[in-house]
Amino acid sequence: MLNYLLQRLATIVPTLFFVSILIFGLQQLLPGDPAIALAGEERDPEVVAFLRAKFHLDEPLPVRYWYWAKGVLHGDLGDSVRIQKPVTELILEKLPVTIQLAAMAIVIALVIGITAGVVSAVKKDTWWDYGANVFALWGLSTPNFWLGILLILFFAVRLGWLPASGYVSPFEDLKANLASMIMPAFVLGNAFAAVLMRHTRSAMLQVLSSDYVRTARAKGLDERVVVLKHALRNALIPVITLGALGLGELLGGAVLTEQVFTIPGFGKLIVDAVFNRDYSVVQGVVLFTATVYITLNLLADLAYFLVNPRMRH
Amino acid sequence: MRWLALGFAVMSSFACSQTLRIGLAEDPDVLDPTMARTFVGRIVFAGLCDKLLDLDEKLNVVPQLATSYEWSADNKTLTLKLRSGVTFHDGEKFDAAAVKYNLERHKNMQGSNRRGELAVVSSVEVADPSTVRVHLSAPFAPLLAVLTDRAGMMVSPKAAEAAGEKFGAKPVCSGPFRFAERIAQDRIVLERFPNYWDKGKIHFERIVYLPIVDSTVRLANLRSGQLDFIERLAPNDVPNLKSDSRFRIARIVEIGYQGITINTGKGELAQKNPLGKDARVREAFELSLDRDAIVKVAMEGEAQPGNQWVAPSNRYYAKNAPVPKRNVARAKQLLKEAGVPDPSFTLMTPTASDAQRLAQVVQAMAKEAGFDIKIQSTEFATSLNLADKGQFEAYVLAWSGRADPDGNLQTFIACKGPLNTSGYCVPEVDEAIEKARTTLDPASRAKFYDTVAVHVTKDRPIIYLYHRNWLWAHSARLTGLRTVPDGMVRVQGLQMK
Repeated sequence: MLNYLLQRLATIVPTLFFVSILIFGLQQLLPGDPAIALAGEERDPEVVAFLRAKFHLDEPLPVRYWYWAKGVLHGDLGDSVRIQKPVTELILEKLPVTIQLAAMAIVIALVIGITAGVVSAVKKDTWWDYGANVFALWGLSTPNFWLGILLILFFAVRLGWLPASGYVSPFEDLKANLASMIMPAFVLGNAFAAVLMRHTRSAMLQVLSSDYVRTARAKGLDERVVVLKHALRNALIPVITLGALGLGELLGGAVLTEQVFTIPGFGKLIVDAVFNRDYSVVQGVVLFTATVYITLNLLADLAYFLVNPRMRH
Repeated sequence: MRWLALGFAVMSSFACSQTLRIGLAEDPDVLDPTMARTFVGRIVFAGLCDKLLDLDEKLNVVPQLATSYEWSADNKTLTLKLRSGVTFHDGEKFDAAAVKYNLERHKNMQGSNRRGELAVVSSVEVADPSTVRVHLSAPFAPLLAVLTDRAGMMVSPKAAEAAGEKFGAKPVCSGPFRFAERIAQDRIVLERFPNYWDKGKIHFERIVYLPIVDSTVRLANLRSGQLDFIERLAPNDVPNLKSDSRFRIARIVEIGYQGITINTGKGELAQKNPLGKDARVREAFELSLDRDAIVKVAMEGEAQPGNQWVAPSNRYYAKNAPVPKRNVARAKQLLKEAGVPDPSFTLMTPTASDAQRLAQVVQAMAKEAGFDIKIQSTEFATSLNLADKGQFEAYVLAWSGRADPDGNLQTFIACKGPLNTSGYCVPEVDEAIEKARTTLDPASRAKFYDTVAVHVTKDRPIIYLYHRNWLWAHSARLTGLRTVPDGMVRVQGLQMK
């Protein structure tokens, strides 16, 4: 176990190094001069020249990468040019928001997805199964921004039950926080629930037709125990991997949802930074997200050990 | 018990009416008047930072922190008398020394976006604590208008010195509200400044500015009662909202414009495309367009058609060059004379939906005269870059506008104008623009602009199309709103009835 863990940790360092080069390189491919984008409507040539010098934009790529990498190694991701705030501070400010959103979304996705998946596998070829499949198709084919706007118009404008957009910190007002997060979390979790449902269903079908399940049934075990204890536990292994990878995907999917619901999280931070060519923010946030993603993968691998005793040997 | 509940309800509604919640179309940039770059940032500054001078509804320059101004005989010195009893949000006194500090900060701070606007200021002299003299290297009529915007905003010298480059993270000015907090991309909160010099006109305890980019969501927030005011209502939402008695719509013709810049002299493409090469093709292009129809279709009627850098209702609009009517037959004839009966060009368009709609309407209209227009949708920052490099043939570009016509003209049309992406350069035009800058008398200035209009509307480096309405929507209970064409939300006098 320890060896495996060390092995996995050792691969993280070169991966992050390549990721950092990729992030830096891809950003350079963005068309448009960042100094011009930052200089505002007037694009005063003196200001453009000042910005170029300030952000080393007039120096060769490797030198610029070095400046950035050196900062990162010292824990300094630079400052946002647009709002004059350290990127680390911005990340710490936005991260809890997106984590809350993604966590609520994944809970919604897991509850809906696994329940629907199990029901549709157990009740295969019945109306329950068809209904769950229709739900999955609907979830997969509904664009986030469209569903978001519809929910806003219905629950905020028509019924007046929920706030249309915005964010309230849970430390300020927990009820208002949940009210502002429930719609975006549902929108974000909805599509993922559909994916989870499809995977749970196929894994469950496979497991339910396996020998040990037949044995369990033959022993006269209660069907609920067979499904929930014997079948579901094994069927959950691929679903857990998917869930962990999905959390990363949800962070990405949060981009659109946060934009629609004006949630000041990671997604909105990065979209705005790309459009404003706020390089340090883009680099910092992407690097951070990549690190989180890699860590989640590692945790998913470790979770196998906990769920499947065979892998411990 | 019931009475107690009622009491709480009344109190909570009272507390709520003490906060004004404004929905912005974008997230403002840095809140330092010297460094600030965006239109939307100026809306927040209107509550935060007072200026030396201000504008009224008719674009007249009126006092704010300066109570009066006077030009010297040679028009090279502007003397400003300052309001007494004004303090900054940190308790520091506002006086002539503060004005000198601020103007010098705008001029000298590295990366200042005000440097260009104050380029003619050679020195600032403190005559006495309430009088300041601004010396210029040459007469400069637009200076007064410049001082009604960010270059005229005064920040606390002590706070600015202490914060240095980071001043914008916690700005200290002398406006009706002081900075409380900012959560990037979420909210900017200002709270009432109790020592404001004109505090009788302030009726809110707090203002919360919430950037909500999507216009549908912004409107949904207004309708669900979470906002009291939104700026930049989408034109297609006007009919729907008009029928709702809970809300009011306010509109003002902007001081800026929407136009199509044509590459007439920047780089190789200028001479390669028929539009840039031949003025007759440009004339034909303009004649193929029906501005009224464009405004109706692309802007739902929420704009004023125009053909100059200022709207026809502006005092500096050159009446000798009126808006031309559509004439497809004449356009076809001109193209024939130019030897290109079916010219083709690419119209670069930012990805904003109104610019896209405009490009599509223009494409369809010009087709009737024989033009084959390819629309090239380009992300905004990229499009600016291509325009600056001369890598475009025609470009849909809007300008938010400045109060003085010079701010809409010189930078785009003068040979060495920093935003002259068209590459246009005519010495007579430069001379007239320069004279209009150095002449203070409005009537004489208007004559110089007449000269510029004759050339520009004939040469067409920019085909000006219309001037958008700033559309504001707000709760019907909100009163005291002033509609000044610069599009700023002035908070003085605003109250919830």
